[in-house]
Amino acid sequence: MMISQFFVLSQRGDNIVFRDYRAEVPKGSTETFFRKVKFWKEDGNAEAPPIFNVDGVNYFHVKVVGLYFVATTRVNVSPSLVLELLQRIARVIKDYLGVLNEDSFRKNFVLVYELLDEVIDFGYVQTTSTEVLKSYVFNEPILIAPARLQPIDPAAIFTQGAKRMPGTAVTKSVVANDPSGRRREEIFVDIIEKISVTFSSSGYILTSEIDGTIQMKSYLFGNPEIRLALNEDLNIGRGGASVYDYRSSSGSGVILDDCNFHESVRLDSFDSDRTLSLVPPDGEFPVMNYRMTQEFKPPFHVNTLIEEAGRLKAEVIIKIRAEFPSDVVANTITIQMPLPNYTSRASFELELGATGQKTDFKETSKMLEWSFKKIVGGAEHTLRAKLTFSQEFHGNITKEAGPVSMTFTIPMYNVSKLQVKYLQIAKNSTSQNPYRWVRYVTQANSYVARI
Amino acid sequence: IVGVFFFHLSTHETPPVNQNISTILAAPSSDLSSILSDRVTSRWFLLRWISRRTNSNHISTATISAMPPPAASSRYPSPSQPSGKSEVTDLKSQLRQLAGSRAPGVDDSKRDLFKKVISYMTIGIDVSSVFGEMVMCSATSDIVLKKMCYLYVGNYAKGNPDLSLLTINFLQRDCKDEDPMIRGLALRSLCSLRVPNLVEYLLGPLGSGLKDNNSYVRTIAVTGVLKLYHISASTCIDAEFPATLKSLMLHDSDAQVVANCLAALQEIWSLEASHSEEACREKESLLSKPLIYYFLNRIKEFNEWAQCLILELAVKYVPSDSNDIFDIMNLLEDRLQHANGAVVLATVKVFLQLTLSMTDVHQQVYERIKSPLLTLVSSGSPEQSYAILSHLHLLVVRAPFIFASDYKHFYCQYNEPSYVKKLKLEMLTAIANESNTYEIVTELCEYAANVDIEIARESIRAVGKIALQQYDVNAIVDRLLQFLEMEKDYVTAETLVLVKDLLRKHPQWSHDCISVVGGISSKNIQEPKAKAALIWMLGEYAQDMSDAPYILENLIENWEEEHSAEVRLHLLTAAMKCFFKRAPETQKALGIALAAGIADFHQDVHDRALFYYRVLQYDVHVAERVVSPPQQAVSAFADTQSSEIKDRIFDEFNSLSVIYQKPSYIFTDKEHRGPFEFSDELGSTSITPEVSSDIVPAQQFEANDKDLLLSTDEKDDNKGLSSNNGSAYTAPYESSNISSQMQELAISGPAASATTTQSSFDFDDLLGLGLSTAPAPTPSPPLLKLNARAALDPRAFQQKWRQLPISLSQEYSVNPQGIAALTVPQSLIKHMQSHSIHCIASGGQSPNFKFFFFAQKEAEPLDYLTECIINSSSAKAQIKVKADEQSTSQAFATVFETALSKFGMP
Repeated sequence: MMISQFFVLSQRGDNIVFRDYRAEVPKGSTETFFRKVKFWKEDGNAEAPPIFNVDGVNYFHVKVVGLYFVATTRVNVSPSLVLELLQRIARVIKDYLGVLNEDSFRKNFVLVYELLDEVIDFGYVQTTSTEVLKSYVFNEPILIAPARLQPIDPAAIFTQGAKRMPGTAVTKSVVANDPSGRRREEIFVDIIEKISVTFSSSGYILTSEIDGTIQMKSYLFGNPEIRLALNEDLNIGRGGASVYDYRSSSGSGVILDDCNFHESVRLDSFDSDRTLSLVPPDGEFPVMNYRMTQEFKPPFHVNTLIEEAGRLKAEVIIKIRAEFPSDVVANTITIQMPLPNYTSRASFELELGATGQKTDFKETSKMLEWSFKKIVGGAEHTLRAKLTFSQEFHGNITKEAGPVSMTFTIPMYNVSKLQVKYLQIAKNSTSQNPYRWVRYVTQANSYVARI
Repeated sequence: IVGVFFFHLSTHETPPVNQNISTILAAPSSDLSSILSDRVTSRWFLLRWISRRTNSNHISTATISAMPPPAASSRYPSPSQPSGKSEVTDLKSQLRQLAGSRAPGVDDSKRDLFKKVISYMTIGIDVSSVFGEMVMCSATSDIVLKKMCYLYVGNYAKGNPDLSLLTINFLQRDCKDEDPMIRGLALRSLCSLRVPNLVEYLLGPLGSGLKDNNSYVRTIAVTGVLKLYHISASTCIDAEFPATLKSLMLHDSDAQVVANCLAALQEIWSLEASHSEEACREKESLLSKPLIYYFLNRIKEFNEWAQCLILELAVKYVPSDSNDIFDIMNLLEDRLQHANGAVVLATVKVFLQLTLSMTDVHQQVYERIKSPLLTLVSSGSPEQSYAILSHLHLLVVRAPFIFASDYKHFYCQYNEPSYVKKLKLEMLTAIANESNTYEIVTELCEYAANVDIEIARESIRAVGKIALQQYDVNAIVDRLLQFLEMEKDYVTAETLVLVKDLLRKHPQWSHDCISVVGGISSKNIQEPKAKAALIWMLGEYAQDMSDAPYILENLIENWEEEHSAEVRLHLLTAAMKCFFKRAPETQKALGIALAAGIADFHQDVHDRALFYYRVLQYDVHVAERVVSPPQQAVSAFADTQSSEIKDRIFDEFNSLSVIYQKPSYIFTDKEHRGPFEFSDELGSTSITPEVSSDIVPAQQFEANDKDLLLSTDEKDDNKGLSSNNGSAYTAPYESSNISSQMQELAISGPAASATTTQSSFDFDDLLGLGLSTAPAPTPSPPLLKLNARAALDPRAFQQKWRQLPISLSQEYSVNPQGIAALTVPQSLIKHMQSHSIHCIASGGQSPNFKFFFFAQKEAEPLDYLTECIINSSSAKAQIKVKADEQSTSQAFATVFETALSKFGMP
């Protein structure tokens, strides 16, 4: 289970951090890696897989905020272990630096080396717990402004736009003090759901899945135990034969197909009253991951029509309807649709008085794009696009275009109905009550409507 | 300043500029050794000495070979950049000013300077000249400074003996610091220097580090022992560090110390095992029941990474009975709910391996692990999903029926990376069965219009593969033909190839297909594979396609423009076939084709054309029988991977083998296959799936490794294939008939077998069923006497091989004479026979040979089974021994080795 080297490369292939633990891999591994990733296929389309072997050296990488986190080894190790480790290293570094990007790396590379020395010794993982590392790591981070923040993890979406989110919190280092000199005692619990839905051309749901995470970031003093209560009607595992059984299940309530837990979570009373107890370690971590295929109401309904309108013309009509309550607002919505590759021009027609919407036709990729700053629950929007073709088409035009895909973020809304009923902090009531933030968000993962 | 500097570095790429400004200590080595021989106690003396040397500004031409991180070799500052020379000189004087200062806040200024030094080092500027100043400045209790200094000295000491000597001194002192953090850090840096001739200086600090009352120091010391072992194994062993580690492992209260002991001991003993019996025993002792339970019972005390280590160990454990198995499984059950995929996969591996012999439980395990694995797939990053999905892929291919109802989980999402999509497509292909084929194919057809052309192609191929798997291809043929109507070049191309394969298997569909294929204009097809497929169909179905001769004629007229030899070869054959069916219309085209073919520069095309020409000259009817015999439907296409390979990959679950879909011996060199693998996975033939073993014709031994190893559900895979598919081992039987006869005889005893020896060539010699004419020489200085007349039939061998654990696995060198004698497996078989070690099956060809031997203890019915793999190019033999009586397996191995060492000797 040992790795030989760890390094971080920028998007351009520059070395940002490099550590050799076992001196088994010949020099030039960073170049070898970068060349291989950059030119994986001659046509440059296919992405390099996260693991590959060049001359007996195995290269593992994960991409985080545009940086390559790479490990090499000659040993036949567990691939999950190394990829998990790389992801965890990124997380630990982010816990320390607050913001993870090339700039913060450059400014803090001594700290990063210090961390790396404690995380891995002679290729063996020692610890990746921010909590444990705090007692070994002494450099203080040089913080950078989170203005250029790119999302490293789902929680980062809270920093986008939504005003009620204490946005800076997720970019706060676990070790640094506030500029004001005092640390605020608070805890964040985020319920993040990524949903995947595929609609058939006639509008039926072909597949749907919710992949959820309860993520926690604690800034509590003295590591108190906390209890997290979930819905009492929560069920795990669908006793039935197939997990894709869409008939409405007899018992109401939230039925998860499966879930897993962070190692700090104790499940003593989970079976009886659905509470999780844990002593949250420092840093950000997922308390629980869950997966659900139970039927749910998709937040958006998409209707697409493409019709020939003469020899060299066609018309596309896309209609979307927001199927959530009107006090909920979705933001950063983008709708994309590949058009026939002989499309030469597209002209758009929005509804009268439409604001905050943008349309675009990407000439090179033949992609129609329609984006919104926000959509209020219950609203309905329509786009008409007139296409001009450079050649006559034959056959079925619906086979040449689509499918329509959608990305969006809906804060304070979750489709699974999974809820944190209460968050209890077992604490001597000497100090003031810590702030508790419980936040929900729904994001599109793969939201596709076929035509 | 640093930031700006970086910016420049990354934007300019210019030829290397020699920017080595190193001022190093060109001291005569005698100076140094005298210093060292004093066992220098005064660091200050040394430091003064350094500064004196550097003061004199003695510039050496020698460069420091240990460059800092590869930034050095990868990025060079552009000429417009400062070479760093003046900066370094600057730093040097600033550092010197601070060195002696005790003013408040001086540590902060030092920190800034240190940071600058390290940042130069990282980007490849040689700052070794400030070595002395750095060490002077770090005489402080400021741990941040210390750490930076260690980072610095570690970097420069490695390749430079002068500097390393100074460094060791400095670090040794810090190993005795009051602060455990400093003790630990200094010890770590000390052990990381990797300077072979200075190892003796490690012994003291390591010894006290292992006894330190602070667990942080102990953790570091344990890994330090491993580092020492890699620098000088003998020093490490002589100091009896492994024994100390073992006792720490069993008694230390700190989980990380225990985990590091386990990791270190596994590595050390595995490497030692090849030449030390004691290490071999120690290695085995890690797998004893008490020890395994000691670890498993307290597994939750360890962090997730150490848990993986323990689980990997548990995989190797051979449970005593089914209670044992269930105890372990119950103990580990909750590990399947862990959020760390590595822990879950390691647990899954334990479960799968434990239950291999219990078919029904094994299947339950599949059901149990399905859900956790699917959750991991959807909760992690794409990279993590990929690793998990690769393992699911392996399980799906092994047991498709268990996943048949979960097919929707393997539908592609539009935003997934292509490496994930490809895996999913393969999985969908594997699990398609009667009940889900319709849905799966419908979904795949959606992907055929995908914007990602590569995925579109893969999807069409997947549809084709499913069509070839299924008996009821009705619906799929329609879909395939619809692809042709999409009129996208790549779709048409892929589909044509598939239609061709489909017709080879199901000729009854020719009518439907040909009418559609006939409508395709050959001008629109450019890809060689697709063009060849179309041409094949034109030749094969010339009588059903009215204009086949004319299309062929057209193509033949453009012979010169046809770049692909494959297409030209197909053109020749198709013209021939067409000619036999519609001679008058084709004669002219065939003539042109043959003429062009004979004049072709490509050897194969030329040869084929000439051959056709001559055989036509000889007799047209013979030509027809040769070129266009009545077609037979292909019953199954050859599997690209033998089941032996698949089983090997399964045995290496939770490793890279699963990702690459190759057994580890293909992509790793031996010493890197992983010490924790306990090397029993090492051996394997390199009989690659494509190469058929053809050394001893007609001596096929049906029982290939598939049966010798374990397989759960693939028994029928190869039935339809020829026995010559590469995984069949030749055995010393003349034919399978005789072989079964021989098996019976073998059971009935040596007397009966003696009769067969007359009838066929010297079987007795090969099989050891009867006594060979020469009396079996007594095995050399035998600790162990073997039965020269031992007999075991292949079936019993297989069963035993499956049941027994590996008690020993070793590697020997084979002497050159032996290699020379090993032209065919038989030579070794005879030789070993004379040492009462009998061969039961053999295979392979140069340079890789594989044998299964057995031997029996004299006067006791105890068998030794051996798998022996010899690579004649590396002159190595890897053996795995399984024995009824574990305790004597080492003795047997010695006999085996002795026998092997005499191979080829006169």
